[in-house]
Amino acid sequence: MSGQASPFTIEQFYKHILQGKLMGCKCKKCGKIHLPPRPLCDRCYSKDFEWVELPQNGRLLTYTVICVAPKQFQEMAPYAVGIVELENGIKIPGMIRGVAIEQIRVGMPLTIDFGTCVATQEWPQWPRYYFKPPA
Amino acid sequence: MKGKPLVSIVSAGLSRFGKLEGLYAREIFAEAAKEAFDRCPNLDPKKDIQALFVGHMGESYEHQGHTGATVADWSGLLHVAATRTEAACASSGAALRAAIHAVLSGLCDVVMVGGVEKMTHRTTPEVTEYLAMASDFPFEQWHGITFPGLFALMATAHMSIYGTTEQQLATVAVKNHYHGSLNPKAHMQKEIALETVLSSRIIAWPLKLYDCSLITDGASCLILTKPDVAKKYTDMPVHIIGSGQASDTIGIYERENFTSLRAAKLAAKEAYEMADVKPQDIDVAEVHDCFTIAEIIAYEDLGFCKPGEGGRLAESGETKIGGKIPVNTSGGLKAKGHPVGATGTAQAYEIYLQLTGQADRRQVKDAEVGLTHNVGGSGATAVVHIYRGVEAK
Repeated sequence: MSGQASPFTIEQFYKHILQGKLMGCKCKKCGKIHLPPRPLCDRCYSKDFEWVELPQNGRLLTYTVICVAPKQFQEMAPYAVGIVELENGIKIPGMIRGVAIEQIRVGMPLTIDFGTCVATQEWPQWPRYYFKPPA
Repeated sequence: MKGKPLVSIVSAGLSRFGKLEGLYAREIFAEAAKEAFDRCPNLDPKKDIQALFVGHMGESYEHQGHTGATVADWSGLLHVAATRTEAACASSGAALRAAIHAVLSGLCDVVMVGGVEKMTHRTTPEVTEYLAMASDFPFEQWHGITFPGLFALMATAHMSIYGTTEQQLATVAVKNHYHGSLNPKAHMQKEIALETVLSSRIIAWPLKLYDCSLITDGASCLILTKPDVAKKYTDMPVHIIGSGQASDTIGIYERENFTSLRAAKLAAKEAYEMADVKPQDIDVAEVHDCFTIAEIIAYEDLGFCKPGEGGRLAESGETKIGGKIPVNTSGGLKAKGHPVGATGTAQAYEIYLQLTGQADRRQVKDAEVGLTHNVGGSGATAVVHIYRGVEAK
């Protein structure tokens, strides 16, 4: 049994992203859904988890426009990043694309965007997910 | 233990803050140590100091770790037990807490605590990258969120929920630059206009260049003793009467809200209860204004005003010298500067000056009770200390 289960790790979360899936891990004992996944439930200390698919839609809680970026991101600046609350209440940060920066508003609906270039990147060069307005 | 001295500060030192070209961190720390030794002629550093705790955030700046032993050596303190603490921008606040543990445990009668950072020889993108290491890598740094970006996320939330304005943020910068103009050791000693802040270039909207603290070199230190041996060294000790420290999620996105720092509220509660004082008893405070929004949130988390009213408190002028609760009389991280590892004990240095009547042109009249609020990263660490001068009842 132990050899079969996916490890509940951050690496595995991003491997799911690469497959176009937004997954969290649910504690089988207390029911808490974790994002990011963790090896130990911080509520009940159980190590017994299962992967659950998370809702792909949510609303923007807060955002900023990064104008001075670290050197790895300089070519993308200015870019918007925000924190999105998914429909089940889980919060997740990410870049916002597909909308003019000046049209971004707190409270706007957003949906996950798995990007197109991710499959060309090899581990440990992680894939990256984004957010965009729903179609 | 309520309201009783935990430890006593018998001396303190601060290097110049600014762009200290051609100096290594250890050399800057020695400058702060020298001031602390000179202020306290009854202290025999080699004989009396039993432990040294030093806050230092980054090895990347000088390709140099192992800061405890290094600065002990350069301060003439070999072979003292020397330990570095790291809690991002709260590194020396955490060092102070550790030093208090050392004294309260009974293991040490006299300890030195301080912090140092040498930053200005690095380029801004390099410093941006190093500072971001204090935030979550896989979900924040990996998605291009910078350190100013995290506080910008808090600012946007504060503006959207409470109606806080960019102008209110800017008043914090104007005030702290005014205070810095009165501090001969501050990095920036010039007053600035509100318009200068508002028209400065955007770093991470809504935060502009003048909403951000400075990249600075500097060091700070304190000499702490058991309260009952303080009189051997000085007749003007400052007692630490409350100490609080707490942690929170490394990623801000996991928190309940983005308008308050839970760790700071918990640290403040612990410190206030230990000291048996209330927010309205505080005469002067040094808070962690790494960004202007952080000072506004600090007012609220420390109970200087209600949640959501921090912007209006900043605008009222009550946190300026002469106001009801002067905050960041040193100029704060904003104008005095923010050599990250040095900041926690540099805040304590300012409170030491204020409570011993040595703050010169920025002296708060009759200041008896002081507070420091030191935040690590985007709030995953917070350390609050409360101080009482000897004249206070």
